Amino acid sequence: MERKSPVFTAFVYACAILLAAVILAPLAWLFVMSISPAADLAAKPLRWWPQAADFSRYGQLLSTAQNSAGAAFTASLRNSLEVAGMATLAAILLAVPAGWAVSRTPSVGWSLSMVIATYMLPPVALSVPLYMGLSHLGLLNNVFGLALIYLTILAPFTTWLMKSGFDSIPREIEAAAMIDGAGLFQTWRIITLPLAAPVVATSALFAVLLAWDEFFYALLFTSDQRAKTLTVAIADLAGGRVSDYGLIATAGVLAALPPVLIGLVMQRALISGLTSGGVKG
Amino acid sequence: MSGTWMTTRAWLLMLPLLVIMVAVIGWPLVDTVRLSFTDAQLVGTAGNYVGFDNYTKMLTSSNFTRTLSTTTWFAVVSVAAEMVLGVLAALLLNQEFRGRAVLRGLMILPWALPTVVNATLWRLIYNPEYGALNAALTQLHLIDDYRSWLGEPGTALAALIVADCWKNFPLVALIALAALQAVPRDITAAALVDGAGPFNRFRFVILPYLAGPLMVALVLRTIEAFKVFDIIWVMTRGGPANSTRSLSILVYQEAFSFQRAGSGASLALIVTLLVTVLAVAYAALVRKTAGSAA
Repeated sequence: MERKSPVFTAFVYACAILLAAVILAPLAWLFVMSISPAADLAAKPLRWWPQAADFSRYGQLLSTAQNSAGAAFTASLRNSLEVAGMATLAAILLAVPAGWAVSRTPSVGWSLSMVIATYMLPPVALSVPLYMGLSHLGLLNNVFGLALIYLTILAPFTTWLMKSGFDSIPREIEAAAMIDGAGLFQTWRIITLPLAAPVVATSALFAVLLAWDEFFYALLFTSDQRAKTLTVAIADLAGGRVSDYGLIATAGVLAALPPVLIGLVMQRALISGLTSGGVKG
Repeated sequence: MSGTWMTTRAWLLMLPLLVIMVAVIGWPLVDTVRLSFTDAQLVGTAGNYVGFDNYTKMLTSSNFTRTLSTTTWFAVVSVAAEMVLGVLAALLLNQEFRGRAVLRGLMILPWALPTVVNATLWRLIYNPEYGALNAALTQLHLIDDYRSWLGEPGTALAALIVADCWKNFPLVALIALAALQAVPRDITAAALVDGAGPFNRFRFVILPYLAGPLMVALVLRTIEAFKVFDIIWVMTRGGPANSTRSLSILVYQEAFSFQRAGSGASLALIVTLLVTVLAVAYAALVRKTAGSAA
């Protein structure tokens, strides 16, 4: 074993503290801004810690009183939940049979490769016809329309994850059930899907994160509270004439909370998913 | 069970996915190609065939060349910085120290933070009147007056790159860390016994294990950086004086702000072509790296 000198140990701890500070400082500041009175945030020299913590902005944003900042925020929160939920459900329903088919019948795998290669396409390459198409179908500014478009991002990714998941389930187990007379769907229900449940869960969480994060299509295809998602609402706040920066920060904290919690709870699964293919930048 | 039936069944199971993919990706892509040869507007006129006019107009405009160089600069600098910082962080996280597990866990936070929230957060930090960066630098006596970090063409792009790196280097670190953990201990121990210094150990013992996963991360991050839209849109909208305008933002402006669907489509395809060339070149490189590392 390598002998560690005290100097080296001190160096390691110094770097670790630096890294922790780099990661945490911006996040901590976002939270501090959200609970600092507006006067503290405008003070010069800046007050780094509020004299009295003020959580009122959270109540303000989560209230549903008509025409308040809260009404717009809660509407976008609901839209984000609906779009992410629908798009994820649809992506999983498409990905399970397709992923299984490619895993068990490698000769059709090239079609999945083509689907995955679309990851390279910049969304701008699809945006104009998608805009015209949605407009034609009357699905602009509509959560169903946006969820459908999100499948361009979610479906290739979940299918690829499900395919690798099914690869790790031995096909002999399925073959045994089929010899005993079970049909394909019965075999899935009894054998394959219970074994694949963790992969389905990981794929679904990844899909939710991707949908929650999406901004470009939401910016193009939504225009008011009926469909605007959280990312668009926050960009509006950040680019608008809001004088209370604490309110913008509060919206940021609330929007970040679900994915950050998912990230922390699912850390192990997410990291193994990320490192196995390194997808999602 | 016969092979033909297996194949037929596989296609049937894939059918729903393929139908949806053709509808939301295949058809729009083909239609973008069609539009790129017309003078169609976003709303209203269907447009007439104009041949390669849109392409020649876009490729020769000074907007395009300037935007291309801005995007390339953004992609090269931010991805290079993310790679270096990511590997350094991974080397640190591979050392033994108390609190290591917690620090590893923290690395997921910037990655999980939505891009728009990250952009908003940094926009607040860089705020010219009340921002934390100005406050901190003034209180440390590093600058005399508050500056408009995102409002000056000289600093805006650098400020964006810092914000982008902060969000993305932890991902590179996690990928590199997973690769480092796969380096067998006895090999590093043997190199140490043989008298290899820290640099040589990194170069000849550790780097071959890192090369493959890092190449994948490099490819994906470069493609992402080349397509960048969200963070720039929220922080600067491409300004000031178009100094941070990326290719995706230029397409957005052409097709949606000015409603010129035809020329916007041709520009979008030029960007797509550039990304594809980049990806293919990289894929060849990855295969080479994977071959030499094995």
